[in-house]
Amino acid sequence: MTKGELTKWVIKPAVFLALLLPAAWLVRDTLTGNLTANPIEDITHRTGRWGLTILLGTLAITPLMKLSGWSQLIRLRRMIGLFAFFYVCLHFATYIVLDQFFSFVDMAADVVKRPYITVGFTSFVLLVPLAVTSTKGMVKRLGGRNWSRLHKLVYVAAAGGFFHFLWLVKADTRDPILYGIALVLLLSSRLLIPRVQARRAAVSRSASNPL
Amino acid sequence: MLIRHPSDIKASEITDESMYWNRRQFLGAAAGAAALAAVGPIGPLLGGAGKDDELTPYDAVTGYNNFYEFGTGKEDPARNAHTLRTRPWTVAVEGAVMKPKVFDIDEIIAAHPPEERVYRLRCVEAWSMVIPWLGFPLADFLKQVEPTSKAKFVQFETLYDVEQMPGQRRNVLPWPYVEGLRMDEAMHPLTLLATGLYGKELPNQNGAPLRLIVPWKYGFKSIKSIVKIRLVETQPMTTWNVSNPREYGFYSNVNPEVDHPRWSQNRERRIGKLFKQKTLMFNGYGDQVASLYSGMDLQKYF
Repeated sequence: MTKGELTKWVIKPAVFLALLLPAAWLVRDTLTGNLTANPIEDITHRTGRWGLTILLGTLAITPLMKLSGWSQLIRLRRMIGLFAFFYVCLHFATYIVLDQFFSFVDMAADVVKRPYITVGFTSFVLLVPLAVTSTKGMVKRLGGRNWSRLHKLVYVAAAGGFFHFLWLVKADTRDPILYGIALVLLLSSRLLIPRVQARRAAVSRSASNPL
Repeated sequence: MLIRHPSDIKASEITDESMYWNRRQFLGAAAGAAALAAVGPIGPLLGGAGKDDELTPYDAVTGYNNFYEFGTGKEDPARNAHTLRTRPWTVAVEGAVMKPKVFDIDEIIAAHPPEERVYRLRCVEAWSMVIPWLGFPLADFLKQVEPTSKAKFVQFETLYDVEQMPGQRRNVLPWPYVEGLRMDEAMHPLTLLATGLYGKELPNQNGAPLRLIVPWKYGFKSIKSIVKIRLVETQPMTTWNVSNPREYGFYSNVNPEVDHPRWSQNRERRIGKLFKQKTLMFNGYGDQVASLYSGMDLQKYF
């Protein structure tokens, strides 16, 4: 089996199933009555957390690829990104349907008046064009350069997700701060890793040309 | 209805929940003095709860708690509070009183037979419950230590012991947890010291062995596992106010008109109900407590 085949037939399906697990747990706990006494809050928190976690997972693909040199990883990125969007959609739908029950007046007030909802909503809106343009056809239509420029929005969405979480908690900021640290590491890796690679390349070039 | 040590209550003496409900229905149906006399000292449902206020199930009341001394998750207290030792337990009453004293918890309970009060509890996080507490008016307790004319406020303090309360290892809040009331609030007949709920001894996660209940204020005012009560002349510090003064005031009366800076207080989710409901001014106890705040700007003194 080639590396490409391994990714396509083994790794990708395994990651797909793994990313379905949180949804499966949610369904199981809902059906067996194992949510908290405030089930709507529980569903909202779980889907939100998974959305943000998996979104950070997509940001980890590029640095992992550069560090490991395993280029096949890129084949997982779109799927992971769409899973992040899937959980964010569940999170948003829970808010609209279960939490607010289509009370648009209250929701509009929330978006305008509550900073944590403003940034959360903004992040959701930013993810929509990314999901829509995730197909191969759209990459072609936009052109690779425009497409990558557009998809830089994922950084803004992830940062928004972090602030959405941070501004929601009452006193215990430990968990959102852990997400914040992960986000900063992932973003700074983009600045650091190319330099490391360039230096490595320079070193190996000079080593192979001993003049 | 004396609540005793768990060790000397026989299993047969504990009213199970179905019996408890039967008794409530019986009380509702009979509603006569004879019936009340027959079942013992059940207090009047002072302030009480309305006809739409179904009791929140016991499992929710004891399984979904904010008690950061045992962790910040809602289910952490039920999981972790077994480390709290509620006997022996003393409550020191000091400050502006004629008769300062360190009370033993069993002495307190023996001197103040618990009555039942069904109260709404509104959390600052916009959820609520209806809970049948067992307790006695704080006023009755304070009168026996004879507050002096300098007693203008009451400060309460929770146990501080990282061995028993592992959540105190993290500085999520400044420990120990402290709360306070104005003297007239403390002496109000609705204000309780609770020792039980649902006809049983207070579970640890609900603030055993002694906690405050102030039903017209957000839940965090109702301090749990009290070890010290101090009567003071000036407004005392309160934990959430110190932690975030912009978001949590000293008064913290339930008020749908004054939003939390980060979320609306206009509606609440009653635990066990699907749809949110309107939050009532003073949590629906305005008839009895609004006069305490007449002339005060409640936007300012939130």
